[in-house]
Amino acid sequence: MPEPYRGALSRQPQRPLVVVDDPEAVELTGPVFGAADVTAIDSDLTRQHPGQPLGQRITVSGRVVDRTGRPVHGQLVEIWQANAAGRYAHRRDQHHAPLDPNFTGAGRCLTDDQGHYRFTTIRPGAYPWGEHSNSWRPAHIHFSLFGTAFTQRLVTQMYFPGDPLLPLDPIWCGVPDADRQRLVAAYDPELSVPGRALGYRWDIVLDGGPR
Amino acid sequence: MTLEPTPSQTIGPYFGHALPHPAGGRIAPTGHPDTVTVHGRVLDGCGAPVDDALLEFWQPAPDGSRTGAPGSLRRDPVDGTAVGRDGVAFTGFGRVATGADGGYVVRTLRPGGVPYLSVCVFARGLLGNLFTRAYLSQAADPLLSSLDARRRATLIAVPERTGVHRFDVRLRGDGEHEETVFLAFR
Repeated sequence: MPEPYRGALSRQPQRPLVVVDDPEAVELTGPVFGAADVTAIDSDLTRQHPGQPLGQRITVSGRVVDRTGRPVHGQLVEIWQANAAGRYAHRRDQHHAPLDPNFTGAGRCLTDDQGHYRFTTIRPGAYPWGEHSNSWRPAHIHFSLFGTAFTQRLVTQMYFPGDPLLPLDPIWCGVPDADRQRLVAAYDPELSVPGRALGYRWDIVLDGGPR
Repeated sequence: MTLEPTPSQTIGPYFGHALPHPAGGRIAPTGHPDTVTVHGRVLDGCGAPVDDALLEFWQPAPDGSRTGAPGSLRRDPVDGTAVGRDGVAFTGFGRVATGADGGYVVRTLRPGGVPYLSVCVFARGLLGNLFTRAYLSQAADPLLSSLDARRRATLIAVPERTGVHRFDVRLRGDGEHEETVFLAFR
């Protein structure tokens, strides 16, 4: 078990959070998005360039609900990830792996009436990072989610089942034991597209919504 | 039924090709005469600029409406690029990444009914997001009145000149400067 990731010390607040217990707080409402904010192809990260990206094509889909199980509908889901070689299309990522001219690794969609989202992408590669010698991030997809309240705002990471790097990853292990598995998607043959893509399911529960 | 929430994870350093977008900080409709500029820097506990933070802003419209409106992140249906806002709708939502100096700028309209903008801070090295507020005036407010003067001052977007306010976010106190007040909601 690695030392769990605690973040950059100089960026961690030292003071306790100040509790706002105000039913009129603006944060109990939140921004909305609509048809103009996404295009249909934004949810297919394999179709954003003239050619096909390298790598294993996958679908990632699931439901976004609040803690009472109510679907979060019509809300924005954004993802970003490394390419199949484990490199981000970001200038600060100078990791010694190739960029893929046919893969940017950013996508977005709106949830449907039942809270469902769905992306087509490629499985991201693992990559080394400087946390400790020979530390490698397990394959993961970053997710950004909005609920009906700004307090439900969530940025997190989705992992793949059976990845041997998971128990060695300080960031995954930074989440308490009991909660960690909720960041790992399930392989679901029902979601696979015959001859085309492997299907993963990952459901998301947003905290902190209106009472 | 109460479901266990999905845990938060750090935004990491590489969100820049996915989340920020042109006009993310231009919340006010184009050329609106009542536009208020809020700018500042995000700083760490050493006083160093945080050059890879993402700030999000949420607020009521000037008429007090809290419904927001779509159109903060408009995309071009032809080539999928981010085209920014239409310059007319007031969406109530802004998103800006900090620059190399830790700086950011948003241009907006004063919220109706409350004196503050809600701010959500993301950065590499933070395990989750942090909430705070940028107060554009010191009108009577239950949160402000619950804080001592030194803490309260961290939430005030200080007027610099007409229509321009300065709001720095200090993620951690540096001994000399007070750490920004961060919020939890019940």
